[in-house]
Amino acid sequence: MTVTLYIFTYAAAVTFISACAVRIVWFARAPLHLRWELYPVPHEPPARAEHGGSYFEEVDWWTRPSRFHLFGELRFMIPEILFMKGLWEFNRRLWFRSFPFHFGLYLLTGAAALMGLGGALSISDPAFAAGTLGQIIHGLCRVTGISGMALAVLGAMGLLVRRLTDHTLRIYTTPGDIFNLLFFLVTLGLSAAGYWSRSPTTPGMIALTKGLLTFDSSLEIPGLLASGLFLWALLIAYVPTTHMSHFIAKYFTYHAVRWDDAPTRRGSSLEARLAGYLTYRPTWAAAHVGADGDRTWAEVAATNPAQESKK
Amino acid sequence: MRGKIKLSDMSRSDRTPLTHVRNEDLMQLPAPLHDPAHDRGWTPLSEQTRARYECGLDGTCAVNVPQPKTKQEEEALVARFLSGLEKLFTRENNWTFLQPLLLTMEHCARCQTCSEACHIFEASGNNELYRPTYRSEIMRRLYFKHVKGGGLVSAWQHGDIGLNWSLIARLIELAYRCNLCRRCAQTCPIGADNGLVAHELRKLFSQEMGIAAKEIHDNGSMLQLKAGSSTGMNSVAVKDNVEFIDGEMTEKTGIEVKTPWDVSGADVLLIHNAGEILAWPENPGAFAVILNAAGISWTLSSEAAGYDSINYGLWYDDAQFARVAIKHAEAAKKLGVRKIVLGECGHAHKSLSVIADRVLLGDLNIPRESSMTLLRDIVVSGRIKLDPGRNDFPVTLHDPCNVVRLMGVVEPQREIIRKICPKFREMEPHGVDNYCCGGGSGFAIMSGNNFPDWRFHVSGRKKLAQILNAFRDCMEPSVPKYLCAPCSNCKGQFRDMLSYYGLWENHKILYGGLAELIVNAMTDVKPGFIEWEWH
Repeated sequence: MTVTLYIFTYAAAVTFISACAVRIVWFARAPLHLRWELYPVPHEPPARAEHGGSYFEEVDWWTRPSRFHLFGELRFMIPEILFMKGLWEFNRRLWFRSFPFHFGLYLLTGAAALMGLGGALSISDPAFAAGTLGQIIHGLCRVTGISGMALAVLGAMGLLVRRLTDHTLRIYTTPGDIFNLLFFLVTLGLSAAGYWSRSPTTPGMIALTKGLLTFDSSLEIPGLLASGLFLWALLIAYVPTTHMSHFIAKYFTYHAVRWDDAPTRRGSSLEARLAGYLTYRPTWAAAHVGADGDRTWAEVAATNPAQESKK
Repeated sequence: MRGKIKLSDMSRSDRTPLTHVRNEDLMQLPAPLHDPAHDRGWTPLSEQTRARYECGLDGTCAVNVPQPKTKQEEEALVARFLSGLEKLFTRENNWTFLQPLLLTMEHCARCQTCSEACHIFEASGNNELYRPTYRSEIMRRLYFKHVKGGGLVSAWQHGDIGLNWSLIARLIELAYRCNLCRRCAQTCPIGADNGLVAHELRKLFSQEMGIAAKEIHDNGSMLQLKAGSSTGMNSVAVKDNVEFIDGEMTEKTGIEVKTPWDVSGADVLLIHNAGEILAWPENPGAFAVILNAAGISWTLSSEAAGYDSINYGLWYDDAQFARVAIKHAEAAKKLGVRKIVLGECGHAHKSLSVIADRVLLGDLNIPRESSMTLLRDIVVSGRIKLDPGRNDFPVTLHDPCNVVRLMGVVEPQREIIRKICPKFREMEPHGVDNYCCGGGSGFAIMSGNNFPDWRFHVSGRKKLAQILNAFRDCMEPSVPKYLCAPCSNCKGQFRDMLSYYGLWENHKILYGGLAELIVNAMTDVKPGFIEWEWH
């Protein structure tokens, strides 16, 4: 069973990375769209970003050097990513459920990273686990893992109760939405139960990670804990195939849509890309569009249906 | 029916409306319009309209889609819809918005955070049909089912929806129950955009099925491409009208006003919304007074579309949008001007400055800027003498969505008003958090059937509440009040809505542009440029 669990875990990691990569490439390769920014745009200079202003507030804006304030973006992004600031502002009731869930997952991700570090260091130094650093990592792992687990369970339960009881959500809720939350809850619950019910001889999480990294089939993993870990593997593989991969989408919705205020300058690479799109041959069927599949987008835009219909 | 509307109701094959908006359900207005019993009644749709057109949504009818006569006709329309739906998700047909549309389709968490930001949903008394995600969720389910292949797992994960002509007919109307203000998108924790969904649906209906609101297509972009302006004015008519305005302005201001036409090499090509020339001539007149007094090198163009900044394609059709934007740029190119400055028209601002930025390439890429910034520089520089005492009446400022939230021009107009209007007060919220006037995305010019009842009772209601709140300390009719709306479409909505509720007759709330306030404060001009008369 241990080997099967290892194989499952590696397969899940590969699936997760591949599915994320596919989604990233899919969005990244979509054509550059028409500008559709939404203010405030935080990379504007602070004096303008404060009131949501843009470079359009300056006379002859195109003659002035463009300024990109990375600090402004970071000042927006960090509270948004870590603390879901937008949700706090616009939907406080949901924040009390969603924030613990997401922050719990962050902590669990942190715990997994610490386990990976601890496991890797244990391979190079067999005495690592007993040493000071090993004890520190072990302690941090426990704190982040347990608190992450508790927060995520709390949040997932809150979200599930809301889905089931809030009548405004009912018509928008699919069986998949309920399943997703239950999947998280069962996975979290089973792994927590497996962790708490393990015997003193059960290998610790860092030892388990070391076993995973070295493919050590001699480790004995209790059934309940193993079930929880199996579910984690499945969950990790499942998430990027669903809308829950919004951790990827959010990069694009912000950086490539809401904050994409890059003006087109003559002779720029941006202009060259756009010129390529104008050679596409659309096939829209309405007569006034005149897109017969032969005309390019630029040719369609150069026609005048009002004049043509007069002929 | 309220509160019980389900997504599947959209497919109901009878033509009974899914909801009827009732005054008692609406968001309460502040005094003096706080009593729903005294609110204006709704005009029912005529028998003839209900018999001819698809009116199965909500008791009003914006698009007038003819009812198909046969089952075959219905099936053909459904097939056409599906073909258009597929095209929305191909790069060749929809490179213009494919990426944001995909992101919105794939990643909405259906958390409903956006709902509370929507003025239409709130004003309607939280009518489910107007929830921003209602329309999007139908679109999303159609996307997963018909574009991504569907199947049992997909239906389980994303939900299912039955597609028939009834659903499409209702969806056409529902695409015209959103002002495209994108306030909802501002609040989405993920960045999904329900306004974009309404926009893309309108595009599908127009570009594939040839269905759009008559006011914005036949009488809008098509007329503009035919005559040069959606007002129907050709270059001779527009020059005649502006000459008349010059005469009026000369008489009114006491200084010679002459509008320059087709000046090659001018610094500024000013493009007004031509509706101003006909409906609010004092606005282009005020611009002429200010620019001449400030010594700006400027001109109007008599080229087709060069004298009318409107671009209704922005709201429903990429091809029409690009055609008009190109005409604007060609007019500027022909004159060899240094820049285009957009008059007081919100959607023209966004169309030409922002959206067209990725359509106007090479020598059509002529710099465009807002008149707000140009006017701000003139006012702040001291090039014209101003006496704020002449504007000693309560003034509030409406923020056109296209100028603020969607373009980021927020402060210039405020700098002007703070300098020349001592009794200025903000609406709350304002700036990029503003509420739409309720006339956005074409509604201000859509007056068919009983649609005005809907846009005054529902889409304009939140703004109406903001206006009443801004002036709550001075509602007595002895105090004239000025609602500054630097946008033609917004002014159209205010003209109709203030009149509908008797707010000029009973409380002396007048609306108007920004340029008029500046001229009213100019000391070189005869006092009283703003005439306290309804127009």
